Formats: sequence, structure tokens, C-alpha cells
Amino acid sequence: MQVELRDIRKTYGPVKANAGISLRIPAASIQGILGENGAGKSTLMKILSGFILPDSGEIFLDGQAVSIRSPADSIRNGIGMLHQDPLDFPPMKLIDDFILGHPGALGLGKAAAAREFRALAEQFDFALEPEAWVDSLTVGERQQLEILRLLWLGARVLILDEPTTGISLPQKEKLFATLKRLAAEGMSILFVSHKLEDVEFLCDRAAVLRQGSLVGEARPPFDTRTLVEMMFGKEVPLAERRTTVRESGILQVRDVSLEGLRIQMRNVSFEVRAGEVIGLAGMEGSGQSTFLGACAGLSRPVEGSFCIEEQDMTGRSHHDYKKEGVAYLPAARLEEGLVPGLSLTEHFVLAEEKKGVFIDRRKARRLAQERIELYNIKGRPESTVESLSGGNQQRMLLALLRSPLSLILVEHPTRGLDIESTIYIWSKLKARCAEGTGIVFISADLDEILQYSDRVIVFFAGKVSPPLPASSLNVDRLGALIGGKLWEELESEVAHA
Amino acid sequence: MRDSRPNRTLLQIGAIALALLFTTFVLLAAKAPPLAAYLNLGLGALGSWEVISNVLVSWVPLLLVTSGLLLTFTVGLWNIGIEGQITVGAIFSTWAFRLLLGSGMAPGLVILAAFLAGMLGGALWAMLAGALKTFGGVNEIFGGLGLNFVATALNLWLIFGPWKRPGVASMSGTVPFDPSLWLPTLNPQSRLSPIAVGIAVAAILVVYGMLRGTYFGLRLKAVGKNPRAAFLLGIPTWQYMMASFALCGLFAGLAGAVQVASVYHRLIPSISSGYGYMGLMVAMLVNYKAAIAAPVALFFAALNVGSIQLPIVLQLDSSLAGVLQGTLVLVVLLAQGARTRMLKKEGL
Repeated sequence: MQVELRDIRKTYGPVKANAGISLRIPAASIQGILGENGAGKSTLMKILSGFILPDSGEIFLDGQAVSIRSPADSIRNGIGMLHQDPLDFPPMKLIDDFILGHPGALGLGKAAAAREFRALAEQFDFALEPEAWVDSLTVGERQQLEILRLLWLGARVLILDEPTTGISLPQKEKLFATLKRLAAEGMSILFVSHKLEDVEFLCDRAAVLRQGSLVGEARPPFDTRTLVEMMFGKEVPLAERRTTVRESGILQVRDVSLEGLRIQMRNVSFEVRAGEVIGLAGMEGSGQSTFLGACAGLSRPVEGSFCIEEQDMTGRSHHDYKKEGVAYLPAARLEEGLVPGLSLTEHFVLAEEKKGVFIDRRKARRLAQERIELYNIKGRPESTVESLSGGNQQRMLLALLRSPLSLILVEHPTRGLDIESTIYIWSKLKARCAEGTGIVFISADLDEILQYSDRVIVFFAGKVSPPLPASSLNVDRLGALIGGKLWEELESEVAHA
Repeated sequence: MRDSRPNRTLLQIGAIALALLFTTFVLLAAKAPPLAAYLNLGLGALGSWEVISNVLVSWVPLLLVTSGLLLTFTVGLWNIGIEGQITVGAIFSTWAFRLLLGSGMAPGLVILAAFLAGMLGGALWAMLAGALKTFGGVNEIFGGLGLNFVATALNLWLIFGPWKRPGVASMSGTVPFDPSLWLPTLNPQSRLSPIAVGIAVAAILVVYGMLRGTYFGLRLKAVGKNPRAAFLLGIPTWQYMMASFALCGLFAGLAGAVQVASVYHRLIPSISSGYGYMGLMVAMLVNYKAAIAAPVALFFAALNVGSIQLPIVLQLDSSLAGVLQGTLVLVVLLAQGARTRMLKKEGL
């Protein structure tokens, strides 16, 4: 189906999220939508899928003007949106989740729906079982479920928002194959991403947004440098690799055994040195989050010990770890890291050491202003954190960290962030390393792991590799390891060493 | 629609109009003259110095309870157990009075001790609900509701058992205290004590200041809005919940002590008089903001006192005030819900 957006406008106060965007997407094609955070990609897609109403502008499907005022309107018109975090219901069975959005669900037999579900899954070679529970799925499988659901509801336009974050390489390949096939069958696909290589590999055309306007369109073969320049209005240099590892140890993990939700890890031992960066690689749910949480005192090991700078911390609370200079930055920024409804200033007051009973408002505001400037946050001291974009929320989390710190534990430091923010976040983290802080981080992005880690620990279904020097790894080998391959080889290497 | 101050005020005025409209329908359905009813309600609340002082008498416990509830709401807790906390506060303060009655202590000191005992009782009862939540995993709504029944039962047992009047146990309560132990009032006929009013005003000012300018208040807000993030930011979350329970119970216990020391001068079966539930309504109506709690509590107290003479003049039940208060809260909550929905739709 051909989609045409005409002069879409949407403003939030002084911010022009969409400043009159016109875009035509032909049928049977994959359209990439590129842009840095806050460029207006999400707003445009949410308007097309009925989640928010535009101030003005028109939408045409196959030349017909349509009015889309709610997500239900949009799916009725054949537009389905796959969100960055799939909108599903973890405590449900797949089949129930599948049926849920169907308008005639009441009169529909579950058995019939399950038959159609199986047929669709088979058609796309998705290994999904209708009677399984949603919370047993990986992010990639949840996407597959959502795609099936939208197709079943009759979607002929599919919008995908940052679909390749948090999924494994094989899952990404399968996703891309599925999308190419759907496009070949006549669907229009809008692929929103900030990952240039995904867009270059997959898309038939790309549109670049910057500050709410369409700044350019490109067709294959794409030129990376041109795209980057269009996205940022300037060239962005990549950070160079350099290591800051010192001799002294920060965190000692000795013979630790952990039990997570569906995962058990046995006898993990390693040491994080001052100034060192350790990347934890693995598919979502392979144990790395449980492990990182345990390093922060958020859960207790079944066996073994954690020491911070030679002091035994086993079984102590997270707040004790904090006192020893351990900081933990969760992946879900707005759900776990920040307090929606409170201002930036209030966050800085909360994060700092408490002094007396009354808050010195003027001092607090000054502190907030300093940090906002220092961390280049696009927001004002009195802005609430939820009004910040994802990249700025992540900067905010970093700005809240106290100094000095012995260890920073980060889940997905740059998930959903554009290149510029990613480079910025890492420059700040690396600056901490230069001061002697150790960093342990989780990422689903193999390039990020290889780019920034000194050593890498791979997680696969409860198996934990010893720390591997990043220099001994490349994307292929790391990809194989997180997929559960090459482990015998690794184990024999360790046995010989 | 913009989320501006004039718009919000407009919404609130609209809500009040809607609540009045609904109540008018209820009156019409009951075949009562609406205008006369409202007029009598107004006269009943403002018609003479006597009723005005009665309004203030009723304002004191309501404002104390609301002040406490603002703290528990801020930390994200529904302290339904507030009724029980008032009752236990009243019991503790009666207990202190009985203990010190013949001790020869100066009356002022006895009253002070009774107030402190009331605060202690309310705080302990609230912390019981808090402990059930923190250590037993019992939702504070269910725990509080259960504790309300226990408090009522305890109160009745005391009135009809150990503390009964010599000879006859009666619904009219325990033996009144000696007038020397009554909280001083403006004149002998009135029950209005300037000290009690002063305590209530001080309470709301303290809570306002606490929420506006202290670390404690900010941390309460953080825990209420996102306990997980607050914990990761280094705030001991359950301790702050316990502290807000304790403080709220303290204010509720104080309300109970005021009822005992300055209004009834004894313990009576319905000592909490529903002020706890009414305080919940006031706190919801002001959207948990301390700044406008005092006038709204005064308005509710006026409705309550005003409705007392409806049965006498118009043969109407005095529950009309409750109908009006209840609808008002519902309509305002509905309007807030509608506003949130509209703002969400615009993506704000």
C-alpha cells in the first residue's frame, strides 16, 4: 500500500517536533527513516499509527485521504506499528496475546485462531508455540509475535521503531529476511533506526530527519558519510580506542554462584582492575543482568564472595555498596533510574549527600545548572525528567553520579541513542576510567562491546566465560559465542592455559 | 487543551457546578426544594456565631487528619487505617487522663501528657499497618481496614468493660473528666478552643513546609513517584514509608486527643466521627497539595455542620452533605482523569 504524509506538523510548546514533513512511501518497498534522537522520527511514526494527533497535516493511503485518530483507526486502515519495547502482556500465553487486539475476538474460537497462528508462524519460519507464555520469549521472539499479530489483523503497512536493538544476530537476519519478503509481497515498511548499517543493508530508500524537518532522501548505494552529515549537519569523528587499565584491583568476584529467574550460574571468578572496562555479552536473559545486579548488591549470591577493594561485601545491601563507591545504572531509565514528575534540580538534590534538614534551593539550582552545562543536557533545571529525550535521560543518569567512584555498573549504556550521544556517553565513561574507576557494562550491540571493552565476558544460558581480551575477539567469534557455539574450544583453551 | 493554570481552575469550577447539579437532581428526586435546602445548608454553617464556631470545631480534626494523609499519599500509600489511628489516639489520651486524674499534676501538664499519649497511640497504630505492609506483604489498604475494625472493637470493649461508668455501661461513653482538665475554650458555652485551632493550623503549615523545602519531603515524593529509582538513588525506601505512616498516625492520634480533650471530654464509641474518611476525600480533592488543604477542609466542615439542621427544618436526612462531598470528589477525580487523557493524546 502506498503511504503519503503531507505537511505533518506537531509542536510541543516551543519545540517543533514535526515542522511540516511531507513524505511518500511507495508500495512494496522498505523505507528507512533516519535521524538522531529528538529529530522527530518517533513523533511522525506515532502520528501515522494514531498514538498522537498532529496539529495539522494529512495522511493518504493509496491516494485516499484517511483520518487516523487512534491506534484502532490506524490498524483498521491497515497500518501496524511495532514498538521499540513490544507492547505485549508478559503474564499471558502467546495465543491470548495474539487474539487480544482482534475486534471480533469474542465470537472467535481459540482453536481457529491457534490454527491461523501456527500457519502464519510456519509461513515465516518463526519457532513460536501458541501455548507458551510471553515472558518466556526473548526480545527478538516478542517482535516476531507482534509481527504475526499485526499481519493477522490485516496490516499492509508495517512501522518498526528501532527493531534491531536488543536482538541477536541470527534473529536480526531472520527479521530482515521477513521484512524483505513482506515488501516483495506488496507491503510498505517503514524502518526507523539510527543504525546506519541496518538501513544501508535493508532499505530501498532512506529519508533523513533533523530537528523536525525532512533534510534529505537517499537511495542505494548509500554513502555513509553523506547520511551522517545529513543527520547531524556535520561530520562526527569516531572515538579512538585507548586503554586506561591499572594494576590495582577494584572488584574481586570469587567462586560466585547465582540463581536468576530461569538461569543458574556456577563458580564465576574474575577481577575488575582500576580503569578497566569489562563488557558483558550475551543474548537478553542469558544471566548477565542478574550478574550485574549481584555485583551491585541488588541480589545475593548462593555461594562465593564479592570484594570491593579487598573489603568483603558479600550479602551486604545495595546502599552499602553505594557507600563503597559502586554505582549502578539500570537499562530502563525512566522506570528504574529516574523519578518521573521530579525536576532535574530535584534529582541532583536527591543524588547528592544530604546536608541538614532544609534544601538550599538557590544552591541546588546552581548545581543543576552546572551539571546541565557540563553534561550537555538539553533541558532546564526545572524541566521534569520525562520531558527529556532518551539520550538526554542517559546523560542525566551520568550527571547524577557522584565523584569519586570505584566502580560503575551499567546496563545498555547507549541503547536507543544516536551516534553522537553514544560517543558522548562513552567519552564521559572513559573519563571516569582515566580517574581509576572500573566499569562493567552490558550491551546487546556487539560493536559497542568490542569497541569499548578491555575484556569481554560472554554469557550463554548460565554458562559464563572467563574474561577474554577484546583484542582476541571479532564480531563473528563473539556472535558465535553468544549463540552458544565455539564453547568447547573456549573451554579447552582455558584448560590448557 | 493546554495544561495551564486558568484551564485547571476552569475545570475545577466546572466540576463543582456538575456536583451541585447532581445533588440538585438527588434533591428533586427526593421531592425536596433544592433552593431551600442549599439556603438552609448555608445558614446552618454560617448563620450565627454559634454555628461558625461549630464549623471550626469540626475543621480542627479534619485538617489534622488531612495533614497527615498528605504525607502518606505523597509516599504513595493509601492510609485507609486513619480511622483506627484516630480512635487509638483517643484511647491513649483517655488512658493518660485516667492515669493522671488524681495525681495532683497541674491540669496543663495533664492535658499535654494526654496529647502526647494520643500522638504516640496514633503513630503506633499506623506503624502496625506499616509493619504489616513492609514485613508481612499486606497491602496497607487491607491492613488498615482490618486495624480499623480492631480499633473500634477495642474502643467499645473499653467503654463497656474496664472503663465503663460506675453502675451502667452506656453508649454515651466513659465518665466525663473534671472541667479543670478540659482544653480552655473561648467562652463556657462553646467547644471551640483556640489552642486546638492553633495546633491544626500549625500542623498543615509544618506539612506544607516539609513537602516544599526539606530533604525529607523531597525523598518522600521520590519514593511515591518511583520507589525503584528512589532506592537506586540511595533512599532507604521502606524506612521512609514507615516514617510517613508514623507521622500520619501522629497527626491522626492528635486529632483523636483533641476530640477527647476539647470536644467530648470523655471517650465515646464513635470518637473518630468519620473524620478519617473525610480527610481522605479532602486530600484527594486537593490533589495531594498542601497549599489548598486548609480552605477545602473548612468547606467540608461547613457542609457537615450546615447539614445538621436539614432534618429539623426540611425533614431531610443530614446525609445530604455527604452526597455533595462524595460527588464533588468523584467529579473532580473524573475531571483530572479526563485531563490526563487529553494531555496524553496530545503526546505531552
